[in-house]
Amino acid sequence: MAEITLQAVEKTYAGGFKAVHGVSLEVPDGAFCVLVGPSGCGKSTLLRMVAGLEYVSSGTVAIGGKPVNDLEPGQRDIAMVFQNYALYPHMSVYDNMAYGLRNRRVPKADIERKVRDAAEILNLGEMLDRKPRQLSGGQRQRVAMGRAIVRSPQVFLFDEPLSNLDAKLRVQMRVEIKRLQRRLGVTSLYVTHDQVEAMTLSDVLVVMNAGRVEQIGSPQEIYARPASRFVATFIGSPSMNLIRGVVTEGGRLALSGTEIDAAPGLSARPGQAVEIGLRPEDMRIAPHDGPGTLPFRLEFREDLGATELLHGSIAGEAATLHLPAGSAPHRTETLSLIVAPEKLHLFDPQTGLRLG
Amino acid sequence: MSGTITKSAMVENRPWLDALAHGVLILGAAMVLFPLWIAFVASTLDGSSLINSIVPLLPGDRLLENYTTALSAGSKAAGGVPVGLMLTNSLIMALVITLGKIVISLTSAYAIVYFRFPLRMTCFWTIFITLMLPVEVRILPTFEVVADFGLLNSYTGLTLPLIASATATFLFRQFFLTVPDELLEAARIDGAGPLRFFRDILLPLSRTNIAALFVILFIYGWNQYLWPLLITTDEQYYTVVMGLQRMLAVPDSEPQWHLVMATSLLALLPPVAVVVAMQRLFVKGLVETEK
Amino acid sequence: MEKRVTLNNRVLPYLLLAPQLAVTLVFFIWPAAQALYQSLLRQDPFGLKTTFVGFANFEKLFTDPLYLSSLQLTLLFSLFVTVLSMGAALVLAIMADRVVKGAQGYKTLIIWPYAVAPAVAGALWWLMFNPTVGVLAYVLRGVGYDWNHYINGTDAFILVVIAAAWKQISYNFLFFLAGLQSIPRALVEAAAIDGAGPVRRFWTIIFPLLSPTSFFLLVVNVTYAFFDTFGVIHATTTGGPGQSTTILVYKVFADGFLALDLGSSAAQSVLLMLIVVALTVVQFRFVERRVHY
Repeated sequence: MAEITLQAVEKTYAGGFKAVHGVSLEVPDGAFCVLVGPSGCGKSTLLRMVAGLEYVSSGTVAIGGKPVNDLEPGQRDIAMVFQNYALYPHMSVYDNMAYGLRNRRVPKADIERKVRDAAEILNLGEMLDRKPRQLSGGQRQRVAMGRAIVRSPQVFLFDEPLSNLDAKLRVQMRVEIKRLQRRLGVTSLYVTHDQVEAMTLSDVLVVMNAGRVEQIGSPQEIYARPASRFVATFIGSPSMNLIRGVVTEGGRLALSGTEIDAAPGLSARPGQAVEIGLRPEDMRIAPHDGPGTLPFRLEFREDLGATELLHGSIAGEAATLHLPAGSAPHRTETLSLIVAPEKLHLFDPQTGLRLG
Repeated sequence: MSGTITKSAMVENRPWLDALAHGVLILGAAMVLFPLWIAFVASTLDGSSLINSIVPLLPGDRLLENYTTALSAGSKAAGGVPVGLMLTNSLIMALVITLGKIVISLTSAYAIVYFRFPLRMTCFWTIFITLMLPVEVRILPTFEVVADFGLLNSYTGLTLPLIASATATFLFRQFFLTVPDELLEAARIDGAGPLRFFRDILLPLSRTNIAALFVILFIYGWNQYLWPLLITTDEQYYTVVMGLQRMLAVPDSEPQWHLVMATSLLALLPPVAVVVAMQRLFVKGLVETEK
Repeated sequence: MEKRVTLNNRVLPYLLLAPQLAVTLVFFIWPAAQALYQSLLRQDPFGLKTTFVGFANFEKLFTDPLYLSSLQLTLLFSLFVTVLSMGAALVLAIMADRVVKGAQGYKTLIIWPYAVAPAVAGALWWLMFNPTVGVLAYVLRGVGYDWNHYINGTDAFILVVIAAAWKQISYNFLFFLAGLQSIPRALVEAAAIDGAGPVRRFWTIIFPLLSPTSFFLLVVNVTYAFFDTFGVIHATTTGGPGQSTTILVYKVFADGFLALDLGSSAAQSVLLMLIVVALTVVQFRFVERRVHY
């Protein structure tokens, strides 16, 4: 069983900078866990601590139940795919993949078999004799993955492996990586700043910010019930709209000009100021204007083909809508919107935390 | 194809400037080569014809004879040390110094770049100091040290004191700093320890630098003059560059010019051959070591 | 500049550095320290007693006419060698930069003297100027000048200057050529469009842009003239006739090894060391593009 367990892991650099504050995390065996967050949030540092490339300042890292804090990277039975591929430039593709096995004194015949199997899976069969500089970006990335697969490790680590690829290739490789991991069933820890990769690849999604974990859950949970303003605006593209409002006496929500229904079981008190989160894709055009609808002032639109993005403002604050193409007829200046109460997200303006 | 269109080095089309350039270059090359030519001519003449008459501009007919004499018996007026022996000594000295310097500076640069340990910067500056201590400023004391170790008249004495090299260490340090960090990380994950990483990854990547440095250091080692002069009194260990001086410094008589010139040519041939044959690497080596 | 990722072995780095440090300490630092110490001592004529004399040896040097004239000679020597070899190299480099055909060939023909040992270079020119059999001496006699470097100090001085400069042309040539080739074509072309002829272009655009290279070569050439030319002098004029070619580095050798005046030689060594330090500091501080190490 190769679950990854992190307990209160911290990282402080010499000079005092604390990159990771008390992170605890459990990745079940065979699960694909993605660490996502903006640059500098500590996700790469965390990954490198699991890899053994950085010392753990305090806390424990365990793989398969065994603490690995004091083990060298080569002793942890892990494999890593780097952002810049890190292929040995002077070695052929075959040798790049065989290197780790040779260091472990695996018999030559076994090495041959494993490398060829991995090459088969990744479609690298014809390139085994080539050197990295003769390969394209996508091919190099596959060799990097081949190098990881060949070792049949307990854990795969990915450090933003798709960042250096062009958009189209990125989409392609994303699917390949997911398929591969499903097929091999190896516990994987994946770091990215791209929230689309985060949503599509993960079984367990960890959102990080400034060295701390903001939320852990399945991508669906995180999407549907973000635990904080940060998570709410980070996941989902275009980002969630946040509009200031107040809870009314009657348990409804007032934004300047209108009142709308809130979801049942509201844990906010009347009179409390709140931030109301509305995803661009969750709002609909109201059948008629009037009470209970949100007034939207349209400023300009972007046509994406099948859908369109409408930029404007709700109650004076900037907002974006994501609707099917043609939803707003030409020359529209204002629209009335409705949103289902379950799709409303409420956040405390002070702490940013979710309410209810 | 006429050449009026694109010449990348041309700003305007002034053919007389081109002719001038070629002219100057040919003249320059001729001036550079002239001493070599005269030396060659002198080395092919009969010894007696050199005593009173000017060296002619065309070679004579004693090429084989002179060179054979030089190689096997040397210049009698200067004690008859066979040039062949001296060439061998020079070769040994040059190769040992070159290989020694390369190995030592590779490991030193590796330690300084890839490790963190107390006294790291002290070591760095200690090596740096050697740049400011050429042999010429410490002649006597170094001689004493070598003598005290009993290393006079030995290959060890000829080579060991010259094996430290700040320039080579800095060159490799510079290069190692450009090797991507991820290669080390990937190697560690692949189970390679520091020595394996050094051998399997760093060294192969350093190949061109090592080759370029080889050219520069070989020339340096072969052309050593003051040091062999100081520490060898036994003819067995004379090197060809210092041996040449002995041929020139004959008291009370003219040097045997035909043999002296033959020896000069033999002395300069190997390093020149290395430079010409490996010109690209040579230029790279020069430029890299001066950064 | 430092590596972000490092290894953490305790003992290995010391083992890796040990050979170089050992050689450095034993053959460089210790003798240098010895030289420093010996420069403060004086031995009596029979070599029986040595006394500590402080800076007396240095004072003696600064009032010694022979030392002062050697110093002056060395400065003159390095001036001529530097100007001659840098000037010739610059001209050749400019021409080589212009030609497209045969550039590689010219380059090969001009850079090979770098590989010639200074002593061998000296030997070659020693022959060419030899009063009896030398071609150049013959030519000079033809125009009325009786060349004899065995007797005439100036002739000897000229000879060693030429031999030393001849050898150094190739090094300067290489760096000047590299410097010229690194000047963006666009600048020169823009100047041409602005109506500047070749000579004007050279002085107003190319020469100023070449100044880092020039400065660098200046320092290297001065260092070369001070130290690496020992072989030229020792193999040919041996400092003579008289003292006319006794440059500082030769004097250190002569006084120490031949005259066995240890205190004086050590003091001269120390002064030479200071000169090297000054030159090295200038090189690394002002010339290197990367100042940090």
